[in-house]
Amino acid sequence: MAEFIQYLVAVLNLGAIYALLALGLVVVFGQLGFLNFAHGDLMTLFGYALFFMIGWHTPFWLAVLLAIIFAGLCAVAMERIAFRPLRGRSPMTLLITSFAISGALHVIFQVGISPRSKPIPIPEFLSGYITIGDVFVSRAQIFTVVVAFASLILLRLFLAHSRLGISLRASAADFDVARVVGIQANRVIALAFFLSGALAGVAALLWISQRGAVFPALGLTPMIKALIAAIIGGLANPKGALYGGFLLGALEATLLFLLPDNLVVFRDAAVLLLLIIFLVFRPNGIIASNPEPMR
Amino acid sequence: MLVVSNLCVSYGPVAAVKGISFEVDSGELVTIIGANGAGKTTTLNAIMGLVPIVSGNIVLKGNSLAGVPVENRAGMGLSFSPEGRRVFKSLSVIDNLRAGGCTLSRSDFDRRLGSVLEQFPVLRERREQDAGTLSGGEQQMLAIARALMVNPTCLILDEPSLGLAPKIVTKVFEIIAELRASGVTILLVEQNVKKSLAIADRAYVMELGMIVRSGPADELADDQFVHDSYLGTGSRESGNG
Repeated sequence: MAEFIQYLVAVLNLGAIYALLALGLVVVFGQLGFLNFAHGDLMTLFGYALFFMIGWHTPFWLAVLLAIIFAGLCAVAMERIAFRPLRGRSPMTLLITSFAISGALHVIFQVGISPRSKPIPIPEFLSGYITIGDVFVSRAQIFTVVVAFASLILLRLFLAHSRLGISLRASAADFDVARVVGIQANRVIALAFFLSGALAGVAALLWISQRGAVFPALGLTPMIKALIAAIIGGLANPKGALYGGFLLGALEATLLFLLPDNLVVFRDAAVLLLLIIFLVFRPNGIIASNPEPMR
Repeated sequence: MLVVSNLCVSYGPVAAVKGISFEVDSGELVTIIGANGAGKTTTLNAIMGLVPIVSGNIVLKGNSLAGVPVENRAGMGLSFSPEGRRVFKSLSVIDNLRAGGCTLSRSDFDRRLGSVLEQFPVLRERREQDAGTLSGGEQQMLAIARALMVNPTCLILDEPSLGLAPKIVTKVFEIIAELRASGVTILLVEQNVKKSLAIADRAYVMELGMIVRSGPADELADDQFVHDSYLGTGSRESGNG
């Protein structure tokens, strides 16, 4: 029982972070038809924003809020500076551009800040463990699950009920027709990028709260996991990102619990092997994508 | 109301629309008929701003649409139901209508939603259903209803009967005739020549990017050329969709 609860927390924990990141990717994909490879660097940008603000004695939670907004604005800036001039080009062009942005940001972090890890002091209530019955669960993990689910519910309410949310879904479904009914293309695209940046910020908060440091390549590993989650989920629908994220989280956690200690290093390889097999049978992901998402 | 003059549109080196002029007066139902590839849809896409025009003018209520982005044309009263319906499939019926009314104020929106749902009771029944799960005919009604949300000065319909069962086709033409009767200005593009001429006030015939005939719809329906080209045989009338 104790092990099962720990396992469950691990699944929710990994799954929620991957789902948040994959959602950010899918929200942008819905508008422009490409996967933003610089998505992980938005996490890093959140991390450095948090690091500097705490350095300037900003209260932790205020710093977190500002850093999330900062990550959202960085994503908007990314679109404005790099992607908007390429509007209407092939999604492949946008994808390659996102590689370039990612590369440039890495160099800026390394040269402008430091190639080494910067510690981020995590508030006391996020460190240590709590006991549920006779089970130890880390507070950071509980925090992750609570924050991630709250964010997912907020996002769902926003997309389902607000006017902006409906505009965003309409233009993801059919961009030209959305413009015909009067939805402002530049505005929804900026909104999509802001959401993706803010989601990356929340994911980064959760990621960092369990690791306590920020470094130039912080976003790389989680972003690759999110790419995988988004692809197995299917890129057409935010629900796909959610399923993909949790499926990937469950796979990783399961292998972590099942594999003997000397084989745990092969975990990622095993996960990827399973996913390749999955994609052979369902190449469009859990929720099949739109056959013509490119524009 | 809507005046198009000397409109030219090209796709690369291929001229699709070659200097056509036509107009739609207030309260009129005007139809553009012609075979596949005559340039009808291209003309409509140019009016909506979806394809760039090479030359010519498009004027709505005295305002030139040159340089007006696609997304600002709905606010000027120009509304469009595109070819192939193109409802937002992953959105519910009601969210499709919400998107259609996204330029309205909240009170206007509620009023328009009420009147559109009254006009299309089937959509009220299916309001929470995903648009992708509707039948073809229902999707066409939704596409028209979505375009009606802004209470348009000029409603443009592209092939509303395409790919629908004959019974539903009749229903769609009834709806268009009703809209005309209620005072909506309509520009209709159709391959179903007979039915279009039956409900339209005036008509233009397009061939290979040019307007080759125009006049009152009932006169064109009796015109020898139109008759030979589009109405001559029964198979032509129903079979060219």
